[in-house]
Amino acid sequence: MAKETGIKSWKELTLGIAITNPGNAAELKTGDWRSMRPETNREKCTKCGQCYIFCPDMVYAKDAEGYYAQNYYWCKGCGICAKECPVDAITMIQEVD
Amino acid sequence: MSKRIGIEVSIAVADAVGLCDVDVVAAYPITPQTHIVEHLSELVADGHLNAEFVPVESEHSAMSACIGSAAAGARTFTSTCSQGYALMSELCYIASALRLPIVMAVANRAISAPINIWNDHADLMYARDTGWIQLIAENGQEAVDLSIAAFRIAEDKKILLPVQVNLDGFTLSHFIEPLTMPEQADVKKFLPAYKPALRLDPDKPVTFGPVGMPDIYTEARKAQDENLKASKPIIQEIFNGFAKQFGRQYKLVETYKTEDAETIIVGMGSIAQTAMTAIDGMRAQGKKVGMARVRVFRPFPAKELIDAIKGAKNLVLLDRVTAFAGGEVSGPVALEIKSALYDRKLTPKVGNFLVGLGGRDITIQNFEEMVERVASAKDGELPAYEFINVRE
Repeated sequence: MAKETGIKSWKELTLGIAITNPGNAAELKTGDWRSMRPETNREKCTKCGQCYIFCPDMVYAKDAEGYYAQNYYWCKGCGICAKECPVDAITMIQEVD
Repeated sequence: MSKRIGIEVSIAVADAVGLCDVDVVAAYPITPQTHIVEHLSELVADGHLNAEFVPVESEHSAMSACIGSAAAGARTFTSTCSQGYALMSELCYIASALRLPIVMAVANRAISAPINIWNDHADLMYARDTGWIQLIAENGQEAVDLSIAAFRIAEDKKILLPVQVNLDGFTLSHFIEPLTMPEQADVKKFLPAYKPALRLDPDKPVTFGPVGMPDIYTEARKAQDENLKASKPIIQEIFNGFAKQFGRQYKLVETYKTEDAETIIVGMGSIAQTAMTAIDGMRAQGKKVGMARVRVFRPFPAKELIDAIKGAKNLVLLDRVTAFAGGEVSGPVALEIKSALYDRKLTPKVGNFLVGLGGRDITIQNFEEMVERVASAKDGELPAYEFINVRE
């Protein structure tokens, strides 16, 4: 899991909040405001990778067994993966907390 | 040895910027700032100043070019006023937030409508909340000296903020005054070569001006505000260093005959010259009147000003701008002072006068009237602000 950035004291900010380590977008947690989260039923999943292709962020990555697993650090809950899944293996679950 | 010369103040300011070995000037001409920019373009065209002169198509582009130039690490200057300032203003907030040490001369002019090219402080007050340091000159010598000090202030490692040098349009910008132009060698000693803390560099990429979401915006603003707060004593130190190099001492707040004064006039800019003449006249009649002049409006030197005026029974606070405050609270300069008085539980009698709008002269008689008005007013009689020298 990438380090959560952006949560800093004002004393730790760089000059003019410039970004001095470029290419760090992956560190920014974008998955902290979703209301629904996608879950995959591996009984139905065919490992086709449509979720990986259509995800507008970078939530999906192939795991050791060949399934596309979610990394919720970046998931905004948009639901595109669930909509595009050709075998309806992905369900959007209400976040509760 | 520096020579005393007679010179138009705008030309002198441009020459002073030239002495500062500026790298980039991006500006658009507007009355009454025009001669500053015109003369800088001459200096560059004639080979006297090794700088890029960017003839932009608007003030919005001028400040955009300045931001790019300063972010690339160049010593950068621009100049504008009034409507021109209004057009560039959205970029001015960005220049300060990105901590870019740009220096800008503002030949203060009223803002339309009615269309008016003459002097007041509408543009100075328009700029109040942009996060820039604001210096205000009283005369030609000061306009020159503050222009040089401005680069040193802006580029100080503990400050790194853009600085405005305000000089009253026409009253200063177009007058030929006797003044001492500093020598290049002395300016070099006072103002070392600019070494940016961060700059756009393909070999070491950085991003200036990223988005700041709700979880960081407050911290970014707090950091910027702390920086402006911390700049106040450093500005005074730099003024002290200036005095060592050039022999002319400047303070955040300047005083004139305030020690035993019962009535103190507080104002900014060239108006103080007339005020001091009026004070001499009133003193000759036995009236104990003095003046405190605010040279740095942002950061506001509340402590220094209160120290200067706390002994007075009556205050004549001058705002060279229309308040548009609705009649129940004061104009911008008076607001700061009243707030500082309240914080120290001081309750002198206060009159706030809107004077010298759109180039209207302020006479010695006007000063005598204002002093008399406050001195003779009964408690609660003075309004939050009032126009002076207005035809009924």
